[in-house]
Amino acid sequence: MTAACAATRDPQAVPATAAAPLLAVEGLGKWYGPRLGCRDVSFTLHPGEVLGVVGESGSGKTTLLGCLSGGLTPTTGRVAYHSEAWGPADVHALPEGRRRLLMRTEWGFVRQNPRDGLRLGVSAGANIGERPMAVGARHYGHIRARALDWLSRVEIDPARLDDRPASFSGGMQQRLQIARVLVNGPRLVFMDEPTGGLDVSVQARLLDLLRDLVARLGLSAVIVTHDLAVARLLAHRLMVMKDGRVVEEGLTDQVLDDPHHPYTQLLVSSVLQA
Amino acid sequence: MTHDPTPAAARPMIRAEGLGKTFVLHTQGGARIPVFEGLDLTVHAGECIGLHGPSGTGKSTLLRALYANYRLDTGHVWVRHGPDWVDMATAPARVVLDVRRRTVGHVSQFLRVIPRVPALDVVAEPLRLRGASEAEARARAGALLTRLNIPERLWSLAPATFSGGEQQRVNVARGFVADVPILLLDEPTASLDNDNRDVVLALITEAKQAGAAVVGIFHDAAVRAAVCDRLFTLTPRTEAA
Amino acid sequence: MSADAITFGYLDDQTKRMIRRALLKAVAIPGYQVPFAGREMPLPYGWGTGGIQVTASIIGRDDVLKVIDQGADDTTNAVSIRRFFRRVTGVAATEKTAEATLIQTRHRIPETPLTTGQILIYQVPIPEPLRSMEPRETETRKMHALADYGVMHVKLYEDIARHGRIATAYDYPVRVNGRHVMAPSPIPKFDNPKMHNAPFLQLFGAGREKRLYAIPPYTSVVSLDFEDHPFEVQRWDRVCDLCGAGDSYLDEVVTDDTGGRLFVCSDSEYCTTRRDAGHRGPAADSTAAGALGATLSAVARDRTEDRA
Repeated sequence: MTAACAATRDPQAVPATAAAPLLAVEGLGKWYGPRLGCRDVSFTLHPGEVLGVVGESGSGKTTLLGCLSGGLTPTTGRVAYHSEAWGPADVHALPEGRRRLLMRTEWGFVRQNPRDGLRLGVSAGANIGERPMAVGARHYGHIRARALDWLSRVEIDPARLDDRPASFSGGMQQRLQIARVLVNGPRLVFMDEPTGGLDVSVQARLLDLLRDLVARLGLSAVIVTHDLAVARLLAHRLMVMKDGRVVEEGLTDQVLDDPHHPYTQLLVSSVLQA
Repeated sequence: MTHDPTPAAARPMIRAEGLGKTFVLHTQGGARIPVFEGLDLTVHAGECIGLHGPSGTGKSTLLRALYANYRLDTGHVWVRHGPDWVDMATAPARVVLDVRRRTVGHVSQFLRVIPRVPALDVVAEPLRLRGASEAEARARAGALLTRLNIPERLWSLAPATFSGGEQQRVNVARGFVADVPILLLDEPTASLDNDNRDVVLALITEAKQAGAAVVGIFHDAAVRAAVCDRLFTLTPRTEAA
Repeated sequence: MSADAITFGYLDDQTKRMIRRALLKAVAIPGYQVPFAGREMPLPYGWGTGGIQVTASIIGRDDVLKVIDQGADDTTNAVSIRRFFRRVTGVAATEKTAEATLIQTRHRIPETPLTTGQILIYQVPIPEPLRSMEPRETETRKMHALADYGVMHVKLYEDIARHGRIATAYDYPVRVNGRHVMAPSPIPKFDNPKMHNAPFLQLFGAGREKRLYAIPPYTSVVSLDFEDHPFEVQRWDRVCDLCGAGDSYLDEVVTDDTGGRLFVCSDSEYCTTRRDAGHRGPAADSTAAGALGATLSAVARDRTEDRA
């Protein structure tokens, strides 16, 4: 890849953005028995970067996300994360407790189905408060105030604070999940089809919200989506996956406006004309 | 990426060397469309270069390649980025994005509309990304929109419903709001009436006076004559590679 | 150990050893739930099979046994368990908290403070404090292993959001020895402070779920709470109608069908002892109190026969 040679020639090219990568992935592969999930995935993600992973269902996107976030154990390769608290760490060599702590502090995971990412039996406030409480918040009033603040940030009526998310619409549930994930100020967020399963009008609102939050909070993110419009709006860079491999990668607008790989050209020509 | 001691006035800002680009259309039987090859172009601070040539010669492709929107098969696009030279053709994505944020502005032919984002924020965004305060960014965006005759009642609306001319002016405002040292303009006056065209010409002239290097595609000969210091002519390539 | 000690009590010796080993582990890791191979007992789950197995494993000939249910020695569950142990071990039974060496309990800790050397054995229906928030056993075990207890506060948060205060009144979760979160069994939270730094050994047995856990003497037991909603025990703005005690857990007893009611000590032995010592509550001379007293006396007569 051409980008690599520029970086090699002068690693101090742009001091402001040349800090150590947050995530460095090398030769990542995952087999389910004889069936391939993904293979030969390598990339680095720097602070503030949003990486989109696009491709059709079954292309290995979700497997990749699982391996990156430590939920799945890869068959080959490694994922190095530069933790704010502990410095460089091999994600899959971390003890389970550390990984869980990461998921509540420096990381977040937004699931496609908000019902998988929320606690439906407790109120919206408790859902948002869970992560702060998990890392030691013990003042009810403060936790509640934070939950209220985050409800308004994700455009949910503060009057719904004590309502259970089961009574929320799909779009509201997804926004609540985002508040729940972002409340502890993570640096790196994994998102699996965050707008999937939502009506188009609801999608637009969620996308705008995500775009704004990601920019304002300076989040790094890996976003898996099959929707190229979502990728265009949210991601700085794209990786295109097919049959478990990365077939093309680059700046989002490069990949979408000047696709090189036959599969990407097909993807772009079939989807964007809708 | 070396420091360049050349005095500011005559400073080259873009040094494109040996650019080559061929489109390969896999969805159409692998058709190859060569656009240009071995192309060199240098642009200095304070000058405006018009890309010239019949349609299909790759003016837009070249402009997009300078912005690293299109990828090149050969060559380098060296851009003066602060104290450094960055090759837009090979730099890592985050470096290219940083160059776009701080050094190179691009006004595309059409505004890419973002759902729900009001016109004022669309225009203010480049400034915000450069670290300007919310208030400052919005104030400058408002001033520019006023100058481009976008009535204030439209500022809070998403430009999706705007007319073609209004969208183009929002696009121009977004391109000029951040005072970047390099401006790439793709038909910025195409769908504008005379009054607004003159505003855009004034903006370009002011940018040049402030030391910006400008590369543009201007369909209108009068516009070319008004702002371009020289033309860079692209010739048609007929043979298939 | 003499030869006949091998078959002392109901459980076979192998089972007792297995349970004692589990209890040793439980004592070594305060608040940690130790799985054990629970046996079928001659009474149904929910009637104290866990507590009975613990008692049966540690009881000796010199022990003096007290069994209470909801604080009372005279309820069906307490009576049948006491009879069971009388029959299979022949050890002495008592109602006097101070005289007992082993106290098996359901839902209460006696009001009379226990002392060094006494052992309190709790019958536990649901040993897993995380269960209501996390249904998967594999996950709750991981959460304990990692001391990942944030969800317990989610539960308390929800209580306050819904009721304006922590409404959990019994089986109120505690953190033991600064490490494991533990379900104290369905005792009222009124009793939680009695567990903290207690001079006596506390053993917990859950028969259906086949789990044992323990709090060794002088171990910290802290009830979970929020800084701005601190843990509080139940309080009454009245005293026991029979004995006048102002420091005990009161049960409300409906005495007729016209709204008559008495508030009396749930710990029947504590109440009786106080009355025998001459303490009188505000309603001690009422008809209802007389009727209640008569009932208690009748039950006491039955018990005397039972002990004989």
